[in-house]
Amino acid sequence: MSGYSVTEPSPRQKWIAGALVIGYAVITILPLVWILITGFKSPSDSISYPPKVFFEPTLEGYVNLFTTRTRVSPETLESLPPPETWYDEIVRRNDLVIAGPSRYGERFLNSIVIGFGSTFLSIFLGTLAAYAFSRFKVPLKDDLLFFILSTRMMPPIAVAIPIFLMFRQLGLSDTHLGMILLYTAVNISLAVWLLKGFIDEIPLEYEEAALIDGYTRFQAFYKVVLPQAATGIASTAIFCLIFAWNEYAFAVLLTSGTAQTAPPFIPTIIGVGGQDWPAVAAGATLFLLPVMVFTILLRKHLLRGITFGAVRK
Amino acid sequence: MARIVIKDVRKEFGDFTAVQASSFTIEDGEFFMLLGPSGCGKTTTLRMIAGLELPTSGEIYIDGEEVGQKPASQRDIAFVFQMFALYPHMNVRRNISYPLVSQGMGRAEVKARVAEVARILGIEDILDRPVGGLSGGDRQRVALGRAIVRRPKAFMMDEPLGALDAEFREHMSEELRALHDRMGATTVYVTHDQLEAMQMGDKIVVMNHGVVEQFGTPQDIYDKPATMFVADFIGAPAMNLMRFDGEVAPGATSLLYDGAEVAVPRMREGRRGALALGVRPEHVHLDDAAPHRGRIAAVEYLGTTQILTLETATGALKLRAPAAQVARVGETVGLRFNGRTLSVFDARSGAALASDLNAQGGGDG
Ligand SMILES: Nc1ncnc2c1ncn2[C@@H]1O[C@H](COP(=O)(O)OP(=O)(O)O)[C@@H](O)[C@H]1O
Ligand SMILES: [Mg+2]
Repeated sequence: MSGYSVTEPSPRQKWIAGALVIGYAVITILPLVWILITGFKSPSDSISYPPKVFFEPTLEGYVNLFTTRTRVSPETLESLPPPETWYDEIVRRNDLVIAGPSRYGERFLNSIVIGFGSTFLSIFLGTLAAYAFSRFKVPLKDDLLFFILSTRMMPPIAVAIPIFLMFRQLGLSDTHLGMILLYTAVNISLAVWLLKGFIDEIPLEYEEAALIDGYTRFQAFYKVVLPQAATGIASTAIFCLIFAWNEYAFAVLLTSGTAQTAPPFIPTIIGVGGQDWPAVAAGATLFLLPVMVFTILLRKHLLRGITFGAVRK
Repeated sequence: MARIVIKDVRKEFGDFTAVQASSFTIEDGEFFMLLGPSGCGKTTTLRMIAGLELPTSGEIYIDGEEVGQKPASQRDIAFVFQMFALYPHMNVRRNISYPLVSQGMGRAEVKARVAEVARILGIEDILDRPVGGLSGGDRQRVALGRAIVRRPKAFMMDEPLGALDAEFREHMSEELRALHDRMGATTVYVTHDQLEAMQMGDKIVVMNHGVVEQFGTPQDIYDKPATMFVADFIGAPAMNLMRFDGEVAPGATSLLYDGAEVAVPRMREGRRGALALGVRPEHVHLDDAAPHRGRIAAVEYLGTTQILTLETATGALKLRAPAAQVARVGETVGLRFNGRTLSVFDARSGAALASDLNAQGGGDG
């Protein structure tokens, strides 16, 4: 409360601060905008030099992302009935026909299942562990906490080969369960440490009041502690989801047919009938959406979560 | 409504003993004070009664039932925390109704009970407010509301006025005592403020370093302190403890102090060596004919009375005199002790020697 004072910044300081923030925002947002725009360009526009800022938007990239196409001879093309749908028409313009759906939708769904599944599991286990570490006398508590943290001291990919072998033995290779467990294992140390910090900040008296009011320890935990920890849980969940969502190296190594996520899939679009940058950009754009929506939904908590502890009464 | 018996209760935290074998009884309907300096184990004792802490050994009986190892949720005791611990994610109404919801009470009855409690405490107009913005006094009332709404067997209060500012504390302590008198529920109240304990309590336990020093009514504790610690802790200014080397015999009605006889209550035990004479400031009077002498070192004027600090051969002594009495700093005066009220302590152990004054109050032999 005391120990620092807040003085109103001068107009000049405000102006400089504003300019810095705007400059930083432009630098970080520009690539995203570029990807968004490229997704609506035609392949030739996407590689034209100098780059086109004004162009005729098309959904070709998105159609290509979700379909596989084959080239047919002009005679066959002539003999076909007229295109039935708008996407048939887009494909026909390039003398192609739709052969079937691509695997993007499937991969995207895999990402959702694995990303949210591992986030849920990390938060679930992490909250229980953090509560126990925060509230109970755990033998060797400090050593255990250090051990949990130490699992993050090297890049996870350093253990890729042992994990690859282990997964093959256990039949977890290329399964959703395997990827959920793997991402949970990587995220859990972060979750335990972050959540323990948040739970430590919640005064013990609230739970004790609930115990006195006739609730069991577990009821006190989920009726009083959990709502108090919502802020911390939300921000931890965002961190966990972002890691699991974007993870590339393990996904390349451990998944192929059934459980492959979107990150290793998107680059494979390159090479199917030339470098189809609009399709890649379309895939990347759609891929960004879930994390963005999730973060926007939780952003109020996120802000409070990051400043937690700094603003207590 | 409950009678609470504490029997040989001990609490250790690792190898630190916070509460040493303590025994006392809280009668049904009593307003009972746990008094002592900070860190003496009051909170720990209270938490053991409530079930938030389990005793290392000993028994706790609530209405004859041994509950020492039972969890808090099964003891039917309400607890008012020092910082109130109102659930921050609920509004006032939900805070107060929360203990009833745990019992599975019907909605209509919960509503009626909350309304009744709100009326008693005068907080009807804030029922739908979040607890975040409440003033200290209102938080206190909500915390009390949450405690009384359940009609528990007993109330535990841990320095409930400690978080309020001094001005408001007086008002709230009257409110609390009035509430207790109306409801008649057994209340155990922790405080480190001896004045608060004397004013509010029916009975007081004085603790120090985890040890129960004395247990009795405020009058007993004030008039017949069982130890030098209690004598020094209670009263403002505290009892004078005049240390001297000497002896008393069993049956004696006077002792030799500072070269002259002083009358004391008839002694029931004797002692030779380091002693201390316990004198309340209001039990020593200025009297030029008296054999004991002191020089007035300071005068503190209090309106109806004044406190004189005197330098004597055995140390400083405080005296309460009527404000009208003329006393000049530097003057040497005679001191007359009110013999019937004096306590004699063994200065080494700190315990009061048994005499006609304190024997019926449980003085040991
Ligand atoms: N959970 C605990 N673990 C270790 N020591 C404790 C614990 N609770 C209290 N103590 C110690 O026990 C002593 C008594 O504490 P407490 O009952 O809170 O004192 P009081 O309420 O009289 O100020 C203190 O020295 C305190 O540090
Ligand atoms: Mg305390």
